[in-house]
Amino acid sequence: MIEAVGLTKRYGSTVAVNDLSFTVKPGRVTGFLGPNGAGKSTTMRMMLGLDRPSAGKVLIDGHPYRELKHPLRTVGALVEATWVHPNRSARAHLRWLARSNNIPKQRVDEVLEVVGLEQVANRRAGGFSLGMSQRLGIASALLGDPQILLFDEPVNGLDPEGIHWIRRFMQRLAAEGRTVFVSSHLLSEMSLTAEELVVVGRGELITQCSTEEFVESASTASVKVRSPQAAQLRELITARGLSVHDTDTREPDALVVDGASSDRVGEIAAEGGIVLHELASQRGSLEEAFMQLTNDSVEYRTDSGDPSENTTTLTTAGK
Amino acid sequence: MTLLAVERIKLFSTRSPWWSMFLALGLTIGFAAMMALQSGPEFPLTLSMTQVGRQFGILVVLVMGVLTVTTEYRFGTIKATFQAVPNRTAALLAKTALIAVLALLIGETAAFGSWGVAQVVAPEADLAITTSEQWRMLVGLGPIFAGSAVLALAVGVLIRQTAGAVTLVIAWSMLVEGLVGMIPTIGEDIQNWMPFMMANHFLTGSAGDSSDMPLGPWGALAYFVAIAVGMLIIALITAHRRDA
Repeated sequence: MIEAVGLTKRYGSTVAVNDLSFTVKPGRVTGFLGPNGAGKSTTMRMMLGLDRPSAGKVLIDGHPYRELKHPLRTVGALVEATWVHPNRSARAHLRWLARSNNIPKQRVDEVLEVVGLEQVANRRAGGFSLGMSQRLGIASALLGDPQILLFDEPVNGLDPEGIHWIRRFMQRLAAEGRTVFVSSHLLSEMSLTAEELVVVGRGELITQCSTEEFVESASTASVKVRSPQAAQLRELITARGLSVHDTDTREPDALVVDGASSDRVGEIAAEGGIVLHELASQRGSLEEAFMQLTNDSVEYRTDSGDPSENTTTLTTAGK
Repeated sequence: MTLLAVERIKLFSTRSPWWSMFLALGLTIGFAAMMALQSGPEFPLTLSMTQVGRQFGILVVLVMGVLTVTTEYRFGTIKATFQAVPNRTAALLAKTALIAVLALLIGETAAFGSWGVAQVVAPEADLAITTSEQWRMLVGLGPIFAGSAVLALAVGVLIRQTAGAVTLVIAWSMLVEGLVGMIPTIGEDIQNWMPFMMANHFLTGSAGDSSDMPLGPWGALAYFVAIAVGMLIIALITAHRRDA
């Protein structure tokens, strides 16, 4: 169980995290979702006692991180896979970590086996691929067999096999009853792994809810309709105060009606005696839903003039 | 004790401490061998001549002290350390203790190694250690190396970057302390209070040109150690307050 209460971090006049409060419950994967630069990594570092909050606090099972006696046995974290000396072997890296929290030596070999690094355990970590470094990072997170696990963008830069491995791994940890908190800027990724979401933008909480609820509430329903009398239908629909636009592919005989059910559009067409070739409800994609919610809180955005285009210009800066 | 063991594993699972030891001893003792080789009836070898190579040793120990902490910042292992041991002061003190002991051993080995090599190379020279001043010159090198390592480590914690911290400690010990003396009227008074001048005064005592030093040899050692400890305290407070 992790509780963040009014967490705030300022760097000079920049506010990285602003009055952030949320709870992370055990037994499920909780996603920490937000665009790049939303303050996710900063929040994670404050959770681990690495950065000092300007205000507020994070409690791990009721205690601040810095008061935990053997923190690695309570909280395991993968913040950056590269926190390893390149000339030190994977085994030596895990050995000193284990020693610092009085974790028995055998545990080092156990976690090396869990992540599949036992073959390369004595090789220098500097020669590891990104995937191997990530596995070593996960091994150090698991070292103390902690009930709480934090992962910051764990699939970043991994190949499909690595991504798949990490996803299954996090779900397995949650199924064992552990608290798993994973950050990501990709909603599609989170929808596959997380049951619950903490969504942030510009360092502020946007919402905390189940992934399903988030997708439901955020995605707008729209109806695609195809008719040989498209122009006539358009007039009828706009006359009833609904917004109509062309499809993305600009098919001449098709329209998209926002915020209406297919029932309603069918009835309008019937009233006007209009022939329909197709009538289908559409649900916005996860990515659209996410961008819609975080639209106002994206830190970096190119100003293209047209406000509707802003949603597509999330940049990758600020990580 | 746990934290000391942790730092020991960390230090000796990389190659740099071995290189540092090898270089510090090789350069210091090698220089003594050169001195002994070139000595003869016209240039008789003295005990203090066998010890001049210690400057190299101090240089290497300073770099080693900086590196033990700046590499941790460079590779992010300092964050892993503070994550595992949230009591930063304890973690850094353990590191300091380990590096100080290592530097002390290097210092003793360098001093007596230089003396031993000189005796082998130039057996005819009179290199007997008889007076307490002579003993202080040899045995004293360990504490000076230890103090130098602590000072360098503190600078490393404060600056966090290898290039900056190494440049600072080397420029300070090699250049600044010498150049300060050239400032008219006040220069020499300031110079006499410089930490490495004090360290040198402790080792050489009245044998050096230090007749107007403000403190005696033991006072000079105390002063040098106080500077190192003072810097360490500033570094510990800074590390405690700052984001890792």
